[in-house]
Amino acid sequence: MAELLQFVFSGLTVGAIYALVALGFTLIYNASDIINFAQGEFVMLGGMTTVFAAAAGVPLPLAALIAVIVTTAIGLALHRFAIEPARGASPVVLIMITIGASVFLRGVAQIVFDKRFHSLPPLIGADPIRLGGATILPQSLVVLAGATVIVVLLWLFIERTLLGKAVIATAANRLAARLIGVNTRRIVDFSFAVSAAIGAVAGILVTPIALTSYDVGTLLALKGFAAAMLGGIGSPLGAVVGGLAIGMIEALCAGFISSSYKDAAAFLIILIVLVAMPQGLFGRAKVERV
Amino acid sequence: MMILQTERLSIAFGGVRAIDGVNVAIASGQVFSIIGPNGSGKTTLLNLISGIYTPQDGSIRLNGETVTGRAPDQLARLGLSRTFQNLQIFSRMSVLENVMVGRHRHERTGIFADLMHWPSVKRQNAATREAAREALARVGLADAAERPAGSLAYGALKRLEIARALASEPKVLLLDEPAAGCNPVETQDVDQVIRSLVKDGITVVLVEHDMRLVMNISDRVHVLARGTTLAEGTPEQVRSNAEVVEAYLGIHGSREAAHALD
Amino acid sequence: MSLRALLHMRLLPVIAVAALVLVLPLFFPSAYYFRIGALVFIFALAVVGLNLLMGFAGQVSLGHAGFVGIGAYAVAIGPVHLGVPPWLCLFLGAVVSGALAFAVGRPILKLKGHYLAVATLGFGLLVAIVLTNEAGWTGGPDGMNVPALTLFGWRVRGSDVWYWIAGATFVGGFLFALNLMDSPTGRALQAIHDSEIAARVLGIDVARKKLTVFIVSAVYASLAGSYLALFNGLVTPDLAGFLGSIELVAMVVLGGMGSIFGSLVGATVLVVLPQVLTVFHDYEQALLGLIVMVFMIFLRRGIVPSLAAMIAGRRT
Repeated sequence: MAELLQFVFSGLTVGAIYALVALGFTLIYNASDIINFAQGEFVMLGGMTTVFAAAAGVPLPLAALIAVIVTTAIGLALHRFAIEPARGASPVVLIMITIGASVFLRGVAQIVFDKRFHSLPPLIGADPIRLGGATILPQSLVVLAGATVIVVLLWLFIERTLLGKAVIATAANRLAARLIGVNTRRIVDFSFAVSAAIGAVAGILVTPIALTSYDVGTLLALKGFAAAMLGGIGSPLGAVVGGLAIGMIEALCAGFISSSYKDAAAFLIILIVLVAMPQGLFGRAKVERV
Repeated sequence: MMILQTERLSIAFGGVRAIDGVNVAIASGQVFSIIGPNGSGKTTLLNLISGIYTPQDGSIRLNGETVTGRAPDQLARLGLSRTFQNLQIFSRMSVLENVMVGRHRHERTGIFADLMHWPSVKRQNAATREAAREALARVGLADAAERPAGSLAYGALKRLEIARALASEPKVLLLDEPAAGCNPVETQDVDQVIRSLVKDGITVVLVEHDMRLVMNISDRVHVLARGTTLAEGTPEQVRSNAEVVEAYLGIHGSREAAHALD
Repeated sequence: MSLRALLHMRLLPVIAVAALVLVLPLFFPSAYYFRIGALVFIFALAVVGLNLLMGFAGQVSLGHAGFVGIGAYAVAIGPVHLGVPPWLCLFLGAVVSGALAFAVGRPILKLKGHYLAVATLGFGLLVAIVLTNEAGWTGGPDGMNVPALTLFGWRVRGSDVWYWIAGATFVGGFLFALNLMDSPTGRALQAIHDSEIAARVLGIDVARKKLTVFIVSAVYASLAGSYLALFNGLVTPDLAGFLGSIELVAMVVLGGMGSIFGSLVGATVLVVLPQVLTVFHDYEQALLGLIVMVFMIFLRRGIVPSLAAMIAGRRT
């Protein structure tokens, strides 16, 4: 029982990160129909930039802030310089561009930073807390709390602000949104920026637990995408549920089946979801008209 | 002999009954036209008959055989072919190659043979090329054979689609607005092509808005409105049907139709 | 005479490439260049297969390195663990890849656009994970040694030998691809790329054709992987990894999607570049990503079609 609880804790923690990555995917996909494979790189950049800024002498909170700002700027640049010029291209071309961007960012990170693993000091302490016979790191609670805050803030923003409504309108029908005066280009800018920021924060929060290095992005992106697919691509609720689910499945798989195959769980899920229920748990099935 | 029949055919898209209980019976060798206002379900009906949509109710019979729910490629093998309102040309290929694809169901193909390019493949390619050229000649596009398909004018593309469908040697050919966007000269060309098809015993099912063409060429006309049958009969019967005039033709259109029949 | 001329024209690219393979060594300053040439032709073989899938049939695969990995490990595991001679493992690897392509392809080829891309990605990653984890068979993350190929008692070793083998195989693969394009299957594939619905309406069994080309491209990749393993004498799991798949796609994109000759160009650029710029190694990923981005944004057609269009434009 205690063992199961342990797996649940670690599953929820890593699931929260997947949920944030998935949320980033969903935001961008909703605003622009693009699957952004560089999403994982945002997480990497958040952690790595903070580490290196702090190592250069910048106080930690400021380093974190700088990291979020830099990553947001990179997200914006990705949209403006890589995606926008190719607007109207087929979805496959756009995916290739974001994959190229992901590899590019990884390559640059390799050069600018280094290839080693790095950590950050945890926010509220390093001593594990005992809970129901299992232990949970304080940082895990920080991750969960942080993720919850972000999701709530995002929800409030979408539901309660005019800009949020504009995002929904753009997601529902691009042309119609433009016709009523929504600057869809800025909306997509915004979605990239916010996704990048969310990713960066996720990276900063999880680094004390999972460490960071120049190539953590790829696996994260793929798992985050699996989460988004499982939840139903385009559904923010699905992204969160999917993320937590994948985190849990991974942890349970690592605990009870085989830890070396835990990464395979997410990819197997991708394949199963795509083949059996492409619209995921909360997505809507599309009717294709000729 | 009824070559194509539908019974109580129905399909709804998210609550909208696009086609609701439509019965058609098309005799072999006829030109059967389907007309109606925009949104009446004409293209949906064609999509149902050609297997692109699966009906939620009702049945379709081709040559006496029940084919409801069969896929388009299966229907093609039974002798059904069609063109598209929004032009589905293979734009990367040449005009001739487009029509060669139309011969596919008459070609014997296997991956090893094709990889090896045995003499049998070479001979078949030559035969296919010949048959494709003939089809192009029938629609008057023989000279354009080597040009990239994407470079053709709109009216020519419509005829290319017909040639491509012809190459498959159909028994029933569904034409989805072949004259749409065509000027009067191009429409005349389409008229001639359809007449030559009928001479060869092909049954033509025509969806069209051009009333002159429809009235001139049809044996029977079926009028759809809001997914259901409004009227059916000979061109004369339909154009003088008061309901049809009100729903679709209008006084002016009715007069135009009358002129066409003179 | 006109039939002869037509035939002559159709096979001209193959003859040109064969001539290239034969003539190139005359310009090699040292034996090292044989190695590069061999690698170029090996990758070009995989790229031709991928090009059939992506460029002609229009189906994306972001996991093709998985098949390369299967072919590579087949010639390692077979001799080392099962006592099967390497030359037989070459065929068996291709069979396994083909069978896997059939099993995986059937469900996922129904998917469109980015869904298919991600499904293939997932597949490639799963292969890489299995290869990394099953250390008992595969030697784990460090890989394993590959015994040399022996044909009729003669040990096949040496860059120059592999240059000729890879070159000849590439010419053969090139010929088959060209043949395929001028056949009912090839026309059907191109039709599917341009309008699936029109293809179906003309009687083409789209699912079956897609599966066929997927299997063919998997076999090409597997063969290339086997050659790579036998040539290098060593295999590691990252052969099958994500970056490997992206490199293959980059080669397709660079050379020109749908241009079989472009496959050679793309492979040449991405094999030669790291060799030429030894400092490149640190910058390799960044440059790869940049190339993919730039080409997909500005030069979507790739090098060879763009050049061809430029030349055609100048003529008129």
